[in-house]
Amino acid sequence: MPDPSAEVLLDLYRRMVRIRLFEEVGGRVAEDGRMPTVLHLYIGQEAVAAGVCANLRPDDQITSTHRGHGHFIAKGGQYRPMFSELFGRANGACKGKGGSMHISDIDLGILGANGIVGGGIPIAVGAAFSNKYRGSDAVSVSFFGDGATNEGSFHEAANMAALWKLPCVLVCENNFYGEWTPQHLHQAIEYIADRAAGYGMPGVVVDGMDAVAVWSATQEAVRRARAGEGPTLLECRTYRYFDHVGMKGLRIAYRSQEEVDSWKARDPIQALEARLVEAGALSAEEAAAFKAETLAEIDEAIAFAEASPFPDPAELLTDVYTEATS
Amino acid sequence: MTTITEIQTREISYLSAISEAITQCMREDDDVFLVGEDVRLGSVFHVYNDLLAEFGERRIVDSPISEAGLMGLGVGAAATGTRPVVDIMFMDFMGIALDQLVNQAAKMKYMFGGKARLPLTVMTMAGAGGSIAAQHSQSLEAWLCHVPGLKVVMPSGPYEAKGLVRSAIREDNPVVVVCNKWSLGIMGPVPEASYDIPLGQAHVVREGSDVSVVALGRMVHEAMAAATILAAEGIDIEILDPRTLSPLDVETLATSVRKTGRGLVVHEAVRFGGIGGEIAAAIQEEAFDWLEAPIMRIGAPFSPVPFSPSLEKAYVPNADTIVQTVRHLHARRV
Ligand SMILES: Cc1ncc(C[n+]2csc(CCOP(=O)(O)OP(=O)(O)O)c2C)c(N)n1
Ligand SMILES: [Mg+2]
Repeated sequence: MPDPSAEVLLDLYRRMVRIRLFEEVGGRVAEDGRMPTVLHLYIGQEAVAAGVCANLRPDDQITSTHRGHGHFIAKGGQYRPMFSELFGRANGACKGKGGSMHISDIDLGILGANGIVGGGIPIAVGAAFSNKYRGSDAVSVSFFGDGATNEGSFHEAANMAALWKLPCVLVCENNFYGEWTPQHLHQAIEYIADRAAGYGMPGVVVDGMDAVAVWSATQEAVRRARAGEGPTLLECRTYRYFDHVGMKGLRIAYRSQEEVDSWKARDPIQALEARLVEAGALSAEEAAAFKAETLAEIDEAIAFAEASPFPDPAELLTDVYTEATS
Repeated sequence: MTTITEIQTREISYLSAISEAITQCMREDDDVFLVGEDVRLGSVFHVYNDLLAEFGERRIVDSPISEAGLMGLGVGAAATGTRPVVDIMFMDFMGIALDQLVNQAAKMKYMFGGKARLPLTVMTMAGAGGSIAAQHSQSLEAWLCHVPGLKVVMPSGPYEAKGLVRSAIREDNPVVVVCNKWSLGIMGPVPEASYDIPLGQAHVVREGSDVSVVALGRMVHEAMAAATILAAEGIDIEILDPRTLSPLDVETLATSVRKTGRGLVVHEAVRFGGIGGEIAAAIQEEAFDWLEAPIMRIGAPFSPVPFSPSLEKAYVPNADTIVQTVRHLHARRV
């Protein structure tokens, strides 16, 4: 696999920063009670969404999870419709009907965050089926957690994807916890990628704190999928810095500060920033300017969202069905 | 029958009442164990917070995120001599577990010619109202009531929660306990000692003469608020809490409607296809000759539960909706 160009590295970096800053500011705003919702924050896992989505075309599809903001941003979602959605406003990405756990934009190939653990995996496989059926060379990607690989939906979908050589990539973000339950208390295996063998597809273990590693592994998986060689299971080993939900401290001491610190020491954004600066592809000033610009865009989007109207109660009964059958 | 005032009671929350019932059942009977996602640490709702310390990991079993397997494990364990309490965190996740509940648990005894015994309790949280949107807010009790072989209870307050959970655990049939996640903080007098609330018995929460309001779960509290407003207008409603939805105590409900001549059923589940339709029809068959007006139903509109507060406020039935419908019903004459 050739080294990615500086352009690719910068792209990965920007996607990660856009996710991180959105989550940091959004997390605080939610914690202040300004949003009607709590947020499942993605902070720490940015390399996965960025590294995967940098390989995708606009017409490729993804399915996401309850921890879905990072995937939404990495696949091209914009701040304004995101914040409007999180604030429950009529001009949100889902007209205020979905919220954080259901944020989606099918025009961007985002088939939804999901409130049902494992719910998105068969849907991605269905999209892959449809792509193949329609003769499109688009691929689909499903993001899901370590905990989700204990749902029947994962196993059933993986089997079908491999059986029919469907053009999809199954991306497990192993952050080592499902809510507060550590991996060793919810499955007897250490490497989730091992499950791939049971379905007849390659399983690849990836350093999920390294955007370049994720990018490279996904590049091969997407190539395989587009070439009709079938699905790949990527296990990206990563970590969420905050609790299962929200930004306040941990609900209980289910993991040690040393553990958290050891992962933060490998922060994907800092690592890539250092690499870019060292390679002369990015100056410290440029990095700071990009962050400042991004923060300004976030502030503007929040102000825009908070000034936007709530949906009219009459909206309750619209969108339940498609009105005219095509 | 002892009444609630004759025994040692104190104010505790709906949440504590559930936890106390399970704790007492587990102390009494080693066959009772709890299995569910994150129950070791109390579950997302903190309902089981103190259980691990007292009962240890043999009896407080953290399961993988595997609702179908989890429910099936409950069925197999119940059929072979234990009394499992299976926690399905949000009622919405019942979708995944439904095959084991509906095709296995509910039918095993019958299909086996009566030989099996299924002392399975399923705990789950329903209820909208907190902007947690379409997949974490549903009230799906009608699905379960439609299945012969299952029993379904819906505690309205702390007293009901403790008694119904205990009865469910001691019952030799599968019982689903549909709690309301937005009621967990409700306080009320609850006896310290354990007690059963017999399954299949409705309760007259408030006596009244003008309109019978059958309210389910959290809607009992909305009906009580409505009663105060209506009393000021000279309308005296009787409030009934079915407590158990299947089997349904039609006689108590019909007796009330025969007295008042008017009936209203209130639940927060979607109105169309909701259990309110069954309740209204069952009452009507027993009280037709006494009716002054059609039995009405209040439920949620025919849409998924929305996220935005402005939509959700219009979605969940409340005291105002009840007041308006009761006024309308009260004014009707045959
Ligand atoms: C079917 C289903 N079961 C349980 C839950 C509750 N729940 C939400 S997130 C979560 C943990 C998921 O863990 P994992 O898949 O590892 O994702 P992570 O939160 O670590 O990103 C659980 C149990 C749910 N939303 N859906
Ligand atoms: Mg996880």
